[in-house]
Amino acid sequence: MFHGPLGRTIRLGITNLKLHLLRSILTGLGILFGVAAVILMLAITEGKSETALRQFRELGSNTIVIVTKKPPEMEEEQQSASFFSVQDYGIEYADCDAIVKTLPAVKVVVPVRTIPKLARRGPRTASVPVFGTVPGYDGIAGLVLREGRFLARRDLERKNNYAVLGAKIARTLFPFETPVGKTIRLGTESFRVVGVLSSPDQASSSQAATLAADAVLVPVSAARAFFGETTTKTTGGAREIEAIELHTVRIEVEGTQEELNANVLATARALRTLMKGRHKKKEDYQIIVPLELLQQQEEQARNWQIVLGFIAGISLVIGGIGIMNVMLATVTERTREIGIRRALGAKRKHIVAQFLVETIVLSCGGGLAGVLVGVGGATLIDYARDDVEAIIRWEFALLAFSVSALVGMVFGVYPAWRAAQMDPVEALRHE
Amino acid sequence: MTHAASPLEGDDESEILVKLDGVERHYQMGTSTVRALDGVDLEIRRGDHWAIMGRSGSGKSTMLNLLGCLDRPTGGEYYLGGTPVSTLDDDALSEIRGERIGFVFQSFNLIPQLTVLENLEVPLFYQGGAPAVARKRAEELAARVGLDDRLDHRPPELSGGQQQRVAIARSLINDPLIVLADEATGNLDSNTEMEILELLDDLAKEGKTIILVTHAEEVAERARKILILVDGKVDRIIENSDHSVAASKN
Repeated sequence: MFHGPLGRTIRLGITNLKLHLLRSILTGLGILFGVAAVILMLAITEGKSETALRQFRELGSNTIVIVTKKPPEMEEEQQSASFFSVQDYGIEYADCDAIVKTLPAVKVVVPVRTIPKLARRGPRTASVPVFGTVPGYDGIAGLVLREGRFLARRDLERKNNYAVLGAKIARTLFPFETPVGKTIRLGTESFRVVGVLSSPDQASSSQAATLAADAVLVPVSAARAFFGETTTKTTGGAREIEAIELHTVRIEVEGTQEELNANVLATARALRTLMKGRHKKKEDYQIIVPLELLQQQEEQARNWQIVLGFIAGISLVIGGIGIMNVMLATVTERTREIGIRRALGAKRKHIVAQFLVETIVLSCGGGLAGVLVGVGGATLIDYARDDVEAIIRWEFALLAFSVSALVGMVFGVYPAWRAAQMDPVEALRHE
Repeated sequence: MTHAASPLEGDDESEILVKLDGVERHYQMGTSTVRALDGVDLEIRRGDHWAIMGRSGSGKSTMLNLLGCLDRPTGGEYYLGGTPVSTLDDDALSEIRGERIGFVFQSFNLIPQLTVLENLEVPLFYQGGAPAVARKRAEELAARVGLDDRLDHRPPELSGGQQQRVAIARSLINDPLIVLADEATGNLDSNTEMEILELLDDLAKEGKTIILVTHAEEVAERARKILILVDGKVDRIIENSDHSVAASKN
């Protein structure tokens, strides 16, 4: 298996390690646990950050979302507000037009107006959020149609009273028949069903798709025409009338793979300036840039990983000290052998190589076993615990293994050097 | 060979392999100086069979270490095959030991975790030769000392005499200029001692240059020339022209 001088030195090292098998195994264990700890730590932190990152990624890293938010001063005002006062805030239709006109890298702007309504089909009813939106919504929110079609440009232009049903609502209202072509009532208005969304599957669907399963989607122009500009909420006896034009606006940024991130960040900057200029009086919106959040999250996760990996790495250093200790004892024990080899023509470098190789074999052996234990442990944790996700990347195994090999080299140098510095005459005399 | 040693010229029987020229080896022990060797002159020719005798403390071991290039003189000069040794660095000394010297030690000094065959190959390993060549030579020499059926045994599984035969085979593997035997039979019973001495005699007859270090007269008597060391100085050199008779008498 091993040829050449290095191969023979390695083989000799293995032979010597086998001579004190228990001692070698115990020493290797120090490295094994160190490497396994590093891999486990990295895998668990990776899993944790991946879980967090997925939420942001679902929002789409090429999108920017503006959400209407009740300004803080209005919250206070509410107590003293008269019964019929209308709270007028939020993103406006005009904002959308301004975004389309002024921001260059914007591909699609999808506004959503949310109106709570009672949906009815014959005897069956359901309280639903009605999303007044535009044709691009299905693409930006990752919606998939099961049957029929999505809202079209002409529906928007003609303010058609057409609706697309979320999967759950379709099941509630139409348990036995095909919804497409049928009519439902939203509040007092009749809408014709033109399409039905397919159920979002748990794992891969975006947050928006999950929300849409419970919603009815209509053209935003129709929503304005049929439901008016105000919504009335009754909460705990208090009645609120709000005039909110749009609840969310999703913006999709375009660009090539390389420039996309820069475009998103630039658009976000420009958007902030634009919205600030347009909403001088109140802060009634919030801009969410998933990419920024993603980047922050990634950086945070990376920092965590470094800290935890470092802590786990300390155990590797301790393992290295163990190796050094054992090798120093071995060198003393084999002083005579060193003398014999020197007498037979071994140079200092040969002696250094012999002991260094032994240390490296020991640490690499421990390292390999540690990789197995670490990867196995992480897989087991991932499998056994639903709340902990462990993600193993081959870089982790490589990193942990390289560090263990490095530890062997660093901590093996001194014992090997000591061995090589021995005077051959003295070494031969050693009992 | 990369060291400064020049190759030997000619194959003359009278060629001088070892030349000690006022060699001194002084040790500093605290404030006092121990003169282990104190001005030794000696010439050893190719094919000579020497014995170095002396009481313990006479400087035998020091002399052996110097001759074996395990140590360097602190004064004078030691020429091995024409190469002055005192100026050589550690690596060059290692090379000379590996290529020109064969050691046979009192306590055999085999490496316990290696097999007989592997032990024989050790000197060649450090010279970086082809493993197949080393293996073949090791097998030949093992056969020569009658251990070809013990190739895969490890030293602890062999008797003292067998171990010493392995050591003798090992000392020959690099085809050395000189074989140094340091009390080679000191750890053996008398029967085995005879075996080993005869093996060394055979080598001498074949023309190997052999230097025995011993304190036992009956061992020394087998050599052609006997150097007697007293207090680090050459006391006398005995030409033992009758050494073969002395050997058969014993």
